[in-house]
This record gives sequence, C-alpha cells and structure tokens, in this order.
Amino acid sequence: MSVVTDNRAGSPLSGLLRLLLRNHIWVFLALTVIVFSLSSPYFLTVNNIGNILTQGAFIGILAIGMTMVMIDGEIDLSVGAILALASALAIGLQDHMGVWPAVFLGLMSGAALGFLNGTLVALSGMHSFIVTLGGLIGIRGLVFVYSGENALMVPDFSYTEIPEIYLGPISLTAMLFFALAFFFQWVLSSTRHGRETYAVGDNIEAAHDAGINVKRHKIINFTICGTLAAVCGILLSMRLGTAEPNAGKIWELWTIIAVVLGGTRLQGGFGSMWMTIGGVLTLAVLRNGLRLLNTPNYVELMVMGGVLVLALVLDKLLNHKGDT
Amino acid sequence: MMDDVILKVEAITKTFPGVKALDDVSFDIRRGEVHALVGENGAGKSTLMKALAGLHKPDSGQIVYQGVPTEVAGPLDARQKGILLIHQELSLSPELSVAENIYLGAWPTNRFGVLKKRELRRNASAALEALGCGFGPDVRVGTLSVAMQQMVEIARAEAFSANVVIFDEPTASLTDTEKDQLFHTIRGLKARGVGIVYISHKMDEIFDITDRITVLRDGQVQGTVETGETDLNHVTRMMIGRTLDSFFVKAKPEFGAEVLRVDGLSKHGHFRNVSFSVREGEVLGLYGLVGAGRSEVVETIFGVRKADDGKLFWKGSEIDLPTPRQSIDMGMALVPESRKEQGLVLMMGGRENTSLPHLRLFSELSLMNRTKELATFEKYRSALSIKTTGPDQAVSQLSGGNQQKFVLAKWLCADPKLIILDEPTRGIDVGSKSAIHKLIAELAEQGLAVIVISSEMPEVLGVSHRVLAMSEGAVVAAFEEGNMSEENLIDAVSHHQGEAAAA
Repeated sequence: MSVVTDNRAGSPLSGLLRLLLRNHIWVFLALTVIVFSLSSPYFLTVNNIGNILTQGAFIGILAIGMTMVMIDGEIDLSVGAILALASALAIGLQDHMGVWPAVFLGLMSGAALGFLNGTLVALSGMHSFIVTLGGLIGIRGLVFVYSGENALMVPDFSYTEIPEIYLGPISLTAMLFFALAFFFQWVLSSTRHGRETYAVGDNIEAAHDAGINVKRHKIINFTICGTLAAVCGILLSMRLGTAEPNAGKIWELWTIIAVVLGGTRLQGGFGSMWMTIGGVLTLAVLRNGLRLLNTPNYVELMVMGGVLVLALVLDKLLNHKGDT
Repeated sequence: MMDDVILKVEAITKTFPGVKALDDVSFDIRRGEVHALVGENGAGKSTLMKALAGLHKPDSGQIVYQGVPTEVAGPLDARQKGILLIHQELSLSPELSVAENIYLGAWPTNRFGVLKKRELRRNASAALEALGCGFGPDVRVGTLSVAMQQMVEIARAEAFSANVVIFDEPTASLTDTEKDQLFHTIRGLKARGVGIVYISHKMDEIFDITDRITVLRDGQVQGTVETGETDLNHVTRMMIGRTLDSFFVKAKPEFGAEVLRVDGLSKHGHFRNVSFSVREGEVLGLYGLVGAGRSEVVETIFGVRKADDGKLFWKGSEIDLPTPRQSIDMGMALVPESRKEQGLVLMMGGRENTSLPHLRLFSELSLMNRTKELATFEKYRSALSIKTTGPDQAVSQLSGGNQQKFVLAKWLCADPKLIILDEPTRGIDVGSKSAIHKLIAELAEQGLAVIVISSEMPEVLGVSHRVLAMSEGAVVAAFEEGNMSEENLIDAVSHHQGEAAAA
C-alpha cells in the first residue's frame, strides 16, 4: 500500500523547494556565481557576464539538440564533427555561391547527417552510441578531405560582423541560444512531439503500444540535433572568420557533460531545457571563473571533472532517495 | 441484452516457427460479462490476446467486432476501436502525468501538433471521476502505487469508451485490498455493458469474478463453460487433462538425523521466538499470510538478515549465525521468492545461470571448465525436464516454470543438505507447479531436508510432512500428519489474528 502525494500541491514555499530539488543545478549555479564573485573582482561585471553567455551559447546550442536526443534515451556523439563540417562548408562554399547559399548548405549538411544518424539508429537497431561514434570519426574525416588539413579563411570579413549584434551585453549568439532553448522547452512541454519524446525515452514499449511511431520520432530528434550542431558550426565560423578542420573537437563531451550536469538522465525519459540551460551556464561560469583566477589548464580540467561528479552525487542524494 | 455478442473470434490460427500457437480458436465475448481465459503457460492465451489487440496478425480466421469483420492494425487502432488491452507489465510512462498517460500517443492536439492541455486535463479528470480514482490528472504516474497505475490504464477504458477490456493477470502484484478495489471497478465496467476478458492463473479469482470460462490447451479451445455450472476440479482437468489430487506427491516419511535446529530466533519488528527443527528427508512447511514473517525468518537463518537473539544448530552442534557465503559452504540453499530479481541473470543462458553461485566448483585457476559446466547443465535439464532450446538460450525467453527450475538447478548442483524454497510455485502454470511438487518429494527422498514457504494452503499441506503456522512474526501452531487440515490451519492463523486485533 502506498499513500499518494500530489507532487504539484502544497504551499508555494514547499512547491518552490520541490522545484529547486528537482532542478538542483540552479542552486549549484548560484553557488558557483557567489564563489567566483567573492574571489575575483572581474567576475561579476556586465562585460564578463556577456562573455560567459556568448561562450556558453556554443555548447548551449549543441546541448539543446543533445537534450532532445537524450530524453529519447539516445546519445549523439557526432555533434562536434557535424559542427566542423557545417562550418567548413559555410566558409568554403562562399567563393562559389555567395554567403547565404553557403550558410544554407552548411545547415542542410547538419540536417542531412542528423537524419542519417537517426535513420541508422532507428532502422538498424544499433545503439546510437555506436552509430554516432562512427559518425564522429567518419564525418571528421570528411572535414579533412574537404578542407585539406588547413583552416579555411573567409573571403570577405564582413561575414564576421553578422553576429555582432548586441542587446546590452548580450550577443546575438547568446540570444539565439536562449530563443532556441525556450522554443524547444515549449516543444517539450506543449506539443505532441514533446510528449512523445518523454514517452519514448521513459517506456519505449508503452510508447510503441500507444501507436507512437518510435522510429520516425527518433529520426526527427536526431535531425533536430544535427541541424542545431550545424547552427552552432556556422555561428562559430562567423565568430572566428575561419573554419578549422579540428573545430569542435571533444565538444560532444562538453555538451553531454552540460546536459547531464543539468539533470537530464542518460537513460532517457527525464529532463528539460530549463535543466540544460542551468547545466550549460554552470559549465560556462566554471570555465570563465577558473580562467579569471589564472588557473592552469590541467587544474581547470581536474576541477571540472570533480564538479561534474559532485553535481551528479548531489542529484542522486536529492532526487533518488526513495529509489532503489 | 445479456446475450448480445460484442466480439467474436472465428477460427483463428497463428503459427510461429515450429509452434502452432493458436489452432482454429473460436470464442465470443458478450456485453456486460466477465469472460475468463485460462490455460497453462504456453497454451496460447497471450497470443490470442495479442491478436485481439492487433499485435499479432493471425494466419487465418477473423475477428468480428460489433457484427462486422474487423482488422485490428495495432494497439492504438484497437484502443480507438474500443478494444483495450491491460498488460501485466503496465504500459505507462512513469515520468508523464496521469492525464498524459491515459491519452498516451493519442493526445488532443491542434493541426500543428500543439497539445490542447486544458481539454486533455478535463477529459482525463472525467475518466478518473467515472472510475472513482482517488488521484487527480496532474500526478506523475511514477509516484503512484502499482494498483493506482493500473487504475490509470483502466481509465483508458473510460477515455476511449471501450467496449472490450482485456485484463492480463491483473492481480499479480496487488494486495488483497487492492484486489477488492479492482474487482469493484471491473464490476462497474461490467454493469455499463463492457465485455471483459480476464486472464489469470488464480482460480479463486476466476470463480469469484467471471461469468464464463474458456479453457485453452496447446493452442486449442478445450471448451467454454458457465462459471456457475462448473467447479475447480472440472476446469483444472480441462486445462491439464488430470485432476487436482494428482498434483501432490508426498515424499515417503523416512527421516534421518536432524539437519537444522532453530531455537528462540528473534528479530525486533519482524519475528520473535521462532523455534523449529528439520530432519534429513523431511519436508517442513511454513504457512502464513504475506507479512507473517516467514521470508524474514529463513533469510535470517541463511544470513541475509541479522538476528537480535536466538541460537542455530547445524547437524547437532551450535553455530554462530552465518553469512550467506558460509551458509552456502555449509550446504544450505535458499531459493528466494522473486526469481527475476534475486534468482536469475535473465540475459544469460541456462548453463551460466546454473553454475553462477558455484563458480569455484567449475573453475580451475579462475578459468571456467566449460565441459563440466555443460555436463551439469545437461544433467539438470533432463532431471528437471526443463524445456529450453539449448545451454545458451537466454532464460528470459523461458516460461516462469522453466525459469524456476533453473533457479532450483543452480542451488542443487552444489549438493546442499538443506534447501529452503520461498514460494516455489508463485506465478507459474499448473503443469510446472506439479513438476516442482514432484521434485520436492524426490529431493526429500534423496535425504535432503526441505523447508517450503507457501501462501497456498493446498500446496503447503500437499507437500509437507509437518506444517508450522506463522502469524504476525510468531509460530502460532504446529501440525503433523493426523491433524494437518485446511480447517486447522485457517483456525490457527485466523484465531491468532483475532486475538491480536483484540489485544
């Protein structure tokens, strides 16, 4: 016998507390912000906050697609490579067809590769870890074939001014990140596709029995993930003015870390963009803060690794007490 | 209108590679009746049910629904047509809300796929209220008890105005109170003219709730009878082709030396002052209702739990309370109740499962001796007549009865002196039950001491030489050949509970 408690009932205070427990990452973010504000005078300045948001936005845009795929119970390791290809195409094709067609084709390459990932996962029955691991290596190879091991330079540097639009300290890139995150949060919470995403990740048998086209559904989410990786690659090419074949290397790992840090479960069925935004910002604050404190690179990595484990332990303690 | 047939299965045949799962099966469901579908595991109940829900396409034959030959394309199609299947393994998403689960995959949306949340919530509320559920549409399903989760599935019957609801072993994980509530709900559906198919192994439930019984055996219908005009013996004979009495084979009462004696074993909050002994060749039954402390006692003896007080004697000499490892080494075996969680590695084959607790017996310098392992597997496969395609067929693919036999095999191959069986036949079909009862008798005749825990009175009386009745953590009575009867057992357990309630 068990007693039912409505999770969403109760006083506003306990409701807020529960919300925080379920979204522990925001508490963690607040803590890191406080610590860095106290230890560096440069941290809590308008300029630096703007920097953090812009720096975080790149991993953030990748993390949005990754969240969709991970709530489905899958993973996409190829986002870093897709990013590099989109960025190389967007710059390399400009000589032949002009800026916007090149950008468009870059985007399409991401969508196509995402579609391919999804189709392979859905139809072959292989785990997405394997399929997209193949993608990670293969697509990176493709980038090297295309760009010939050299960084591609943009022919006209006005290209790099496209994202130089600011709302106060917030860059276009950061705005785009938040807009996309809010949009996909809305998709998750208010559309059929969003409900399907949770249903598929949570109990795939039930989803299938309920008539949800699981294969088509997964293909859509992998396509979203690939497209967003391309968006990220194009924004990066605009920011740098070059397309390096090694761009975005191991970014897929940072992306997964950000999503997991937010609280989205690797096994699927649970997560949200609110969590992912929290995870992305925490990661960005940590990197930025540690650099402001002139922390050597290897120490930075150690701290980040420790924080990741700590955040997950915290999540376990707060949210899974009753679970066995 | 009682004879109004809502769904008719006409001569359905379904063949899987090597098996004729359904052979010319016909039966019908009327409005407002509860129709039991019974049969041993593998008789074809699940296949038939899946054909109704559109999960299997029959090779021949047809389904006539509301007078029209109908093809069911899949579970969602079935649901939208008004045929609802409620699986034993619930078909829900724990992270989604009750409302979202009721309409899983069929959420009300506008043209662009945006959810109509208010409509969803309102419709779900209406369905929940019609059933009298004590929870709202916004609760996360994962926070509900199993019984309540089941209600969420049943609410789909309301939400989709189902005409036919198929229950597959609905009471498998319910308590008695929850079962009563479920039956109340089923009677409510029935009163509204819903045709209900009720699949279960539990005969008392079938005689309690159903109007007609259709018996399947080896993919064929053995007959359909009115529940009121038949009895357990008749139905059982139809299921297995023999009568109940032949189930129980008791070992010859030839007892040797005492193997285990327990003296005043106590654990605060679980059981107190439990004393008994068991001899070679003897089967000792431990009877009691769920929660009486039977499992806790044997788990403590085996060393899974720590005792507060009491003494253990092994073959006449006092020993410290052992750890499970020591118990196994001494020659004790405990076959736990939940074989899936505690007994077997489902993805492994029978060979690996059998040798798992005794890898030391099967390895030299950490290298597995495959030949020896295979020989042991073959030995028990034939000894226990386990139906499996080979040593490496994953045990998850086997029936409950065959899985249970592997659980036994893995403990038997260490050659124990005492074997403790906790609910050895729960959830397995009649034929396998009978095989396990026979095995218990054989083990005792070979000189093993056996302790059998069971909530099924006929079983515990049928296999044991002596029976201890437990209630609320204490041994309240002991019975031997001569005074062992259902009445006495019921008396002992219920009398004590009456006392406890009065005190």
